[in-house]
Amino acid sequence: MTKHIHRRTVLGLSLVAVLMFGFGFALVPLYNVFCQAFGFNGRNIEVENGTYQVREEVVRTLRDGVDKNRTITVQFLANENKDLPWEFRPLQREINVHPGEVKQVRFYARNLSDKTVVARAIPSMQPSVAIKYFTKVECFCFNNQIFKPGEAKEMPLIFVVDRKLPQGIDKLTQSYTFFDTQQGKSDSVAAAVKSLVHG
Amino acid sequence: MSDNHQHHDHPTGIKRWLFTTNHKDIGTLYLWFSFTMLLIGGSFAMVIRAELMYPGMQLVDPNFFNMMTTLHGLVMVFGAIMPSTVGLANWCIPMMIGAPDMALPRMNNWSFWILPFAALMLLMPMFMGGNFMSGQGPAFGWTFYEPLSGQYNKLAFFVFAIHLLGISSIMGSINIIATILNMRAPGMTLMKMPLFVWTWLITAFLLIAVMPVLAGAVTMMLTDKYFGTSFFNAAGGGDPVLFQHVFWFFGHPEVYIMILPSFGIVSQIIPTFARKKLFGYASMVYATAAIAFLSFIVWAHHMFTVGMPVAGELYFTYATVMIAVPTAVKVFNWTATMWKGAMTFETPMLWAIAFVVLFTIGGFTGLMLGVATSDFQYQDTYFVVAHFHYVLVTGALFGVIGGVYYWLPKWTGNMYNEKLSKLHFWISAISVNVLFFPQHFIGLQGMPRRVPDYNPMFADWNFVSSIGGFVFGASQLLFLYIVISTIRGGAKATSQVWEGAEGLEWTVPSPAPYHTFENPPLIK
Ligand code: HEM
Ligand SMILES: [Cu+2]
Repeated sequence: MTKHIHRRTVLGLSLVAVLMFGFGFALVPLYNVFCQAFGFNGRNIEVENGTYQVREEVVRTLRDGVDKNRTITVQFLANENKDLPWEFRPLQREINVHPGEVKQVRFYARNLSDKTVVARAIPSMQPSVAIKYFTKVECFCFNNQIFKPGEAKEMPLIFVVDRKLPQGIDKLTQSYTFFDTQQGKSDSVAAAVKSLVHG
Repeated sequence: MSDNHQHHDHPTGIKRWLFTTNHKDIGTLYLWFSFTMLLIGGSFAMVIRAELMYPGMQLVDPNFFNMMTTLHGLVMVFGAIMPSTVGLANWCIPMMIGAPDMALPRMNNWSFWILPFAALMLLMPMFMGGNFMSGQGPAFGWTFYEPLSGQYNKLAFFVFAIHLLGISSIMGSINIIATILNMRAPGMTLMKMPLFVWTWLITAFLLIAVMPVLAGAVTMMLTDKYFGTSFFNAAGGGDPVLFQHVFWFFGHPEVYIMILPSFGIVSQIIPTFARKKLFGYASMVYATAAIAFLSFIVWAHHMFTVGMPVAGELYFTYATVMIAVPTAVKVFNWTATMWKGAMTFETPMLWAIAFVVLFTIGGFTGLMLGVATSDFQYQDTYFVVAHFHYVLVTGALFGVIGGVYYWLPKWTGNMYNEKLSKLHFWISAISVNVLFFPQHFIGLQGMPRRVPDYNPMFADWNFVSSIGGFVFGASQLLFLYIVISTIRGGAKATSQVWEGAEGLEWTVPSPAPYHTFENPPLIK
C-alpha cells in the first residue's frame, strides 16, 4: 500500500544491521589491540614467524641483577591435544627461581604418528597477571616445530622472572599445548558438506 | 476468531495460515509456535530435573544430559520467549497505535515462517546417530563457548539455525520499528504511546543491534571449523576468550530483549486493575531507554573469572550495578501505581504482581553476581541458575502469560474460566518457587551447574527442586486447556473487557475484527 513511507526506515535499519555484522568482526582486531595494550594472553611476547627482539624489560631485568630475597616456584605443564598423536612432557615439573635469574628447562616431545607434523606450542600462564613479568629469552614456542614420523626432541625454554613481579605472587604455572598447524585446512570444505549430508 | 469474515478476500484453511499477511493471524501463529516450543523445551527440563532428582546417574548418559541443558536453553530463549513477545507485538501494536496492520505485511509472513525451519535445523541432529540416547544434538551449553563447540561434528546445522533465527528477528524488528514510527494514528505522539509499544520499540532496536553480532560470532565459528580460519582457534593464533566477548556483547542485551516486552505488558496490566494511571509514565520510558543503553557496556560481568585485569573487574562491576538504578525506578513505579489504587485481582493482575515481586528477587541476585568479588564464588554454580530463572521464568514468562490472559478475551471474544485460571496461577506461582528457590541454597553451597551427577550433600534440595519442576511443568498443560476452551467458547467479552482498561485496543469489538482501524481513529 503505502510502501514508500517505509522505504527510508527499512533501508536505514538494514544498514544498521549490516554495520553491526561488521562490528562483530571488528571486535577481533579491537580485542587484540586491548590485549596487547594490557599484556594479556601472552600476546606481548607472542613472536611473529620466529623473529624475536630482546625487549627492554629483559635488558633491564638482567641489569638490575638477582633478587635473592624472593623465591618463585615455576611449574610446567604440557597438554596433549586430542587431534595430535603426540607424547609431550616437561623434563622438570617445577623449579624455584629468584627474580632476575636466568634459567633453562627442557620439554620432551615425540611424534607418535607415521606422518611428518608441523606443530606449534601455544603457551598459557596462570595467574594471567604474571604473564608480562615472565620473560622468555628463548622458547620452542617461538617457532613451528617440524617432527618427522616417530621423531623425538628435547626443546629448551630459557626464561627470567622480572623483579617487578607483584608481591604476593609466589607461584607461576606455565603450560603448553601443541597444535597441528596443518589440521583443519585442506579437507575442511569436504567435511562441511559431509556433515550436512550424512546423519 | 473464525466467525469474523466480514472481508471475504482471504483464503481459508491451511492456506490462510501459510500465506497470511494479517497481523492478527501472524500474531496467532507466533503465539502457537512459541507455546509449542515452551512444551518441547519444558520436556527437556523435565529430563534434567528427573536426572537430578537423586545423586548418581539414573536415566540418561552425560552427553545426553548436556544435550538437554543446551537445547532447553536454546529452545526457551529463541523458540519460546522471543517469539511469544513478537506474537504479542503483532497482535497488539497495530491496535494500540491505531494502525490497520504492520508496515510490511509480506515480510511479516516471512519472519514467521522462517522460524519453524530454524527450529527444525536446531533439533534435527538430536535424532541422528542410531538410537535416540546417542543423538548428536549440540551439547555444549546454550552459550556455545569455544573451543568445545568447535568440536561439534554437526556444527553447520547449529550455525545455520542461529542464522535463520537472527534473520527472522531482524526482519521482525525492522517491521515493528517501521510500524511504530510511520503508522501511528494522527495525534498518537510518541509520548502518548502505551508502554508496551515503547518497550517493544526499544527492544526492536536492541535486536537489530545485537543479532548481527551473534551472526558474526557463529560465522566465525563456521569458518574456523570448515575453512581454516583461526578466530577462536588457539593453534592458529586465535583466542577462545575472544569468543566469550563476542558472545556476551550479544548475550547481555539479549537478556533485556527477553525482559523489556514483559516490562511493557506489566505496565499495561497494573494500571488497568489498580484503576489508576501508570505512575511516572515518562520516567518509565527513560528508564527503559537507559537500561537498553547500559546493556551494551556490561557484557563482561559474565566473564569475571576469565582472568581480567583488576581495572576491568572494577569497571564491569560499577557499570553492572548501575543498571539496578533504572530497574529500581521501574519497580518503584509499578508499586506506586498500585498504591492506594482500587485494586481487583483478576488473573492477569495476579501474574503481574507475581512478576513484580519475583522479578525483583532475580534483580537482587543479579546485583550479587554483578559484584566481581562475590561473583568469583557464585560463577558456574546453581546460584546463577536460580538468578536467571527468576528473571526469565517468573520475569519474562510470567509477564507473557499475564499478557495472554489480559488480551485473550479481546482476541477470542470469550472470557477465560476465572476459577481454572486462578488455579493455574497459584499452582504455577507456588511450584516455581519450590523449583527455583532451593537452587539459591545449593548454589551458595557450591553445586556446579550443567552436571548430571552431584555430591550427595546437595541431594535434599535437588529433590525438592525436582518436585517443584514436575508440578510447574504439568501446570502449563492446564494453561493449554484453558486457552483452548476459551477459544471454543465462554462468557462473551465486552469491547472494553476490563472495567479499568484504557487504550485503543479496548475500543474495538471483542473478538477484534479481522481488520481494525482501516480508518485511523481520532486521538484526543
Ligand atoms: C538487576 C539486573 C541484573 C544484574 C545486575 C544481572 C547480573 C548478572 C550477572 C553478573 C550474571 C553472571 C553470573 C555468572 O555467570 O557468574 C548474570 C547471569 C545471567 N543473567 Fe542476569 N542480571 C540482571 C538481570 C537479568 C535479567 C533481567 C535477565 C533476563 C531476563 C538476566 C538473565 C541472565 C542470564 C540468562 C544469565 C546466565 C547466563 C549464563 O547462562 O551464563 N539477568 N546476570
Ligand atoms: Cu548480563
